[in-house]
Amino acid sequence: MTQSLDRLKESPSQTAGPYVHIGLTPNFCGIGGVYDSDLGSEMVNEQTKGERIELRIRVLDGTGTPLKDALIEIWQADADGLYNSPAELRGTANPDFLGWGRQPTDTETGVCRFHTIKPGRVPFRDGRLMAPHISLWIVARGINIGLNTRLYFSDEEKANAEDPILARIEHRVRVPTLIAERQGDAYVFDVHLQGEKETVFFDS
Amino acid sequence: MREPGSNRTPETGAFYQRDRQWHPPAFTPNYKSSVLRSPQKALIAFDNTLSELTGPAFGHAMLGELDNDLIHNFARPGESPIGERIIVHGRVLDERGKGVPGVLLEFWQANAGGRYRHKKDGYLAPLDPNFGGCGRTITGEDGGYAFRTVRPGPYPWPNGPNDWRPAHIHFSAFGHGFAQRLITQMYFEGDPLIWRCPIVGGISNKAAIEALIAALDMQATMPMDALAYKFDIVLRGRRSTLFENRPEGN
Repeated sequence: MTQSLDRLKESPSQTAGPYVHIGLTPNFCGIGGVYDSDLGSEMVNEQTKGERIELRIRVLDGTGTPLKDALIEIWQADADGLYNSPAELRGTANPDFLGWGRQPTDTETGVCRFHTIKPGRVPFRDGRLMAPHISLWIVARGINIGLNTRLYFSDEEKANAEDPILARIEHRVRVPTLIAERQGDAYVFDVHLQGEKETVFFDS
Repeated sequence: MREPGSNRTPETGAFYQRDRQWHPPAFTPNYKSSVLRSPQKALIAFDNTLSELTGPAFGHAMLGELDNDLIHNFARPGESPIGERIIVHGRVLDERGKGVPGVLLEFWQANAGGRYRHKKDGYLAPLDPNFGGCGRTITGEDGGYAFRTVRPGPYPWPNGPNDWRPAHIHFSAFGHGFAQRLITQMYFEGDPLIWRCPIVGGISNKAAIEALIAALDMQATMPMDALAYKFDIVLRGRRSTLFENRPEGN
């Protein structure tokens, strides 16, 4: 026998279910008057520093059908590559940008839109710079544990080529699944849950 | 940066790795919706970077007075929903057993008849005009939280020909890092439907399932008013940074 490590186990995940909007975006699903607005629905104001961009994200199931009941949260650095977080010790992020957003997928089209700014580069653990990226967390009915992935930008080829996380992907053919394509001021990103084009999901 | 109004020094260590055997896997065919929505390729693993270690802070100032009172936050003035009045309380801890302060907890549920206020829920049980079904709170310095609601009813759902969800409350927990993000469900002590549920059954370990079952807590009840259930939530722990990033010789 040895001493006990006295560790607890993380609470097991359970699906967010079909009615996740009641809890996380109640105004979106018609439950008005409880909260003034849905948390995370507005990410930028007039003072926010940085290039305005729109993200148009879809989540597709194994048949290629877009999910219409999913919810996506994003987390990103500000234009200077600083996170607006107590754990950010390198400096103070732009106070007009929290860097966190939450949106449901559209109930008709499945498109999930975020109006945000392009993030700056953030250092990897060893000091090398990661390419600009946005962290995604996806939940929905049928998803037993939230899926983590990243969105990188098609017009950052040089930075993407030296990104330490993208470099970790053994099957290079899968790297493009993490790269959003620029269309005007918007970036279009399809997340494939299954199939030949299955998006790279992370365990970190 | 410190959280406004807090003397806590922020922790910056990496999160303990997730025990994927303890969580339900992505593919649980008895829960049919998972079949086409489960990634089939291996997850790519890496140690946390700043993008996973950091997360937004939510201050208590964002909360409305009734946010943690589902009995009153949607009801018409002077009225309240039908159902068994309950208090749900507990602590948010991390895997080291430390209380986690400042966690945004959001919860949602069906009404006492098992019906959600959602246009896609067509169950026969009626909506309750006095029940919205959502609430939120932020944990205190010791990780503690509490809210008031009515006990949700079980309900049938289209999966197998006769599947019923046990009574449950959905919880979303937002800890200090984006990598701690977690959604789970709380079940009620003694509910025979727990062990028949295909969603619960995605968890293979009995002790893991029991970790989601809240116990009746008579000491926390309000006599002649509300029963109480205690539900603790555990988020990923954090490594110490004591010996990290120190070049040899320093």
